[in-house]
Amino acid sequence: MIATDIDPRSARRVERATRRAESAAFNDSKKRLSSKGATIAAIVIAVFWTIPTFGLLVTSFRQPADINTSGWWTFFAHPDLTIQNYTNTLNFTDTITVGQSFVNSLVIVIPATLIPIAVALLAAYAFAWVDFRGKNLLFIAVFSLQVVPLQVALVPLLSLFSNGITIGGWAVFPGLNLNGLDGSFGRIWLAHTMFALPLAIFLLHNFISALPVDIMEAARIDGASHGQIFFRIVLPLARPAIASFAILQFLWVWNDLLVATIFTSGGNFPITKLLTDLSGTYGTTWYLLSAGTFLAIIAPLIVFFSLQRFFVRGLLAGATKG
Amino acid sequence: MTAFFQWLATLPPLAQIPIILAAFGVVVALILFFIELAPRAGRGYSIMRLVVAVGVPAIIVLVLGVYNDAVWLVPLAAVLGGGLFLLDRRARGGRGSLLQLVGFMAPALLLLAVGLLYPTIQTIISAFLSNNGQQFVGLSNFAYVFAGGSQGLVALINQIVWVIIAPIVATAIGLAYAVFIDKSRGEKYLKVFVFMPVAISFVGASIIFKFFYDYQQGAQIGLLNQIVVWFGGTPVNWLQTSPLNDALLIVVLIWSQTGFAMVLLSAAIKGIPEEQNEAAELDGANALERFRNVTVPGIRPTIIVTWITIAIASLKVYDIIAATTQGQNNTSTLSYQMVRLFQNLPPQTGTSSAEAVLLFILILPFLIYNANNIRKQRLGL
Repeated sequence: MIATDIDPRSARRVERATRRAESAAFNDSKKRLSSKGATIAAIVIAVFWTIPTFGLLVTSFRQPADINTSGWWTFFAHPDLTIQNYTNTLNFTDTITVGQSFVNSLVIVIPATLIPIAVALLAAYAFAWVDFRGKNLLFIAVFSLQVVPLQVALVPLLSLFSNGITIGGWAVFPGLNLNGLDGSFGRIWLAHTMFALPLAIFLLHNFISALPVDIMEAARIDGASHGQIFFRIVLPLARPAIASFAILQFLWVWNDLLVATIFTSGGNFPITKLLTDLSGTYGTTWYLLSAGTFLAIIAPLIVFFSLQRFFVRGLLAGATKG
Repeated sequence: MTAFFQWLATLPPLAQIPIILAAFGVVVALILFFIELAPRAGRGYSIMRLVVAVGVPAIIVLVLGVYNDAVWLVPLAAVLGGGLFLLDRRARGGRGSLLQLVGFMAPALLLLAVGLLYPTIQTIISAFLSNNGQQFVGLSNFAYVFAGGSQGLVALINQIVWVIIAPIVATAIGLAYAVFIDKSRGEKYLKVFVFMPVAISFVGASIIFKFFYDYQQGAQIGLLNQIVVWFGGTPVNWLQTSPLNDALLIVVLIWSQTGFAMVLLSAAIKGIPEEQNEAAELDGANALERFRNVTVPGIRPTIIVTWITIAIASLKVYDIIAATTQGQNNTSTLSYQMVRLFQNLPPQTGTSSAEAVLLFILILPFLIYNANNIRKQRLGL
């Protein structure tokens, strides 16, 4: 009875003492490596990096009447919360409602993320494990296309989609005939797919080509064809790389404005495009812009916070796109 | 294909997602099926290869919807496919291997050729044509830009200012931050504050900062002007004051890219062996000396990659200007201006293309550097 009573207590005491000693040693090693000044400087940077976003976030929950008459920092003296701005903004109509443009963003981003992955996986596998002449040169060419500014490609591509190609009076390709079709996302899906491929092929190839040679050779000796190796070995193993690229591409397409400006019209504007238009026409209607901005960045932020690990991995694998 | 897309357009937006994915899935499944069967030996498979090689190009041409006056393209595609079939019979990797390779590569290469290669060449050609695309005008589009036509010169100078300032500042702050928080308590949480803007769109970032810079008569609601007021100054209409407005827009890019630099550099710093730092410390080096002589040399390649990536991003910037000043008050850049010129009515295709070509020339050194790097890597393998 006594033994069981005393033992845990002394054990706990010893444990506490060890922990204290350990953490003291740990702090010592820290002090040597990072000084107080550095930490303060870091906090200053962190604060500056957060304040602008925080200000707009607070604004989006204030009464519309207050927003344009007093600064958001006065909110803390007179808190008066409302979510009215969000409900009003979702139903606010420019060419379409903000809510509809949110749906449009979804409709654009899902196919524009999945389609390039499939196309790029095929090419990346061939670049990594099929031998053919001129492979290196072709790979460098594909990689270089990554850097080409989209601005250079936009105009002729739009003209190709709408007017087709005519060579010597022959209409070789008549165009897609989707101009003015407000419900059609065909052009923007295609454009995003095309623009995504260089980075997609590059990232997936880097990962797939780093898979162990032994596995591939063993599979070949067992008589597996390229098709089987692709399906049974490469696809399952490449899942982390696919996830990383999917996140980069999701964020890129969701956040894109340039491609959307050229390849969407009125009825299928994504939220970034609608928000830009609102910023131009209702530049000082802050209840609208603040709530609209947070509606537009909520999806990327959710993806960012839930899948940060894959996102960082994708960035580290070399992300130069646009 | 046109008919399919037109039919798709009549459906509600959300219903279009599963249908386009299913349609695309069928195409990919067919390609994979062919890749699997292509290299098999036997008469039946030979016939299949012939049918696919001749038939698929012809079908593609038909699906793209060729007008009546270019029907000759269909047999042409079929003949080319037949040629490919003959080549394949003598392929080094055995019969079917070439067609299999085509199956792997063709979708990506076709899309790249149509979406990036052809348009780039077309833009370069258009830069030497008049705005309606009818006459060859030599260098006069470029002369017009350099003479200041359509604010071209301002745009060019601004573009160069962007590409000089943004990458250096973003990389420097990112590096400083990465070093400051390295091994400090709560490093993970401190990282999030600076890293989060990377996920926010340029449009979102622009509006966030537009509010930060806001100017109005009477009481200020923009924090920057309020700070000016607190210090006893008069509020400034920041975004209309040239050349300060240009710098303030660059701040938006720096704000959003610093997190990217920080994450890359932080990962590189963690890769430096601990012993090097300890050895330097035993030799009596202080923190700054250790940073200069151990950390920086250890992560130099990453610094260069970071700098280049952000430089390329600042050559492509469009959204920030579109969502804030729309190029007014001397804030335009080539990357913004060329899109605007194209959207003019009638579109100034010639001038716009000339500006795109100038942009391309600015980006060319980075492209060559990157391509060279990757070439070395691949030859090293």
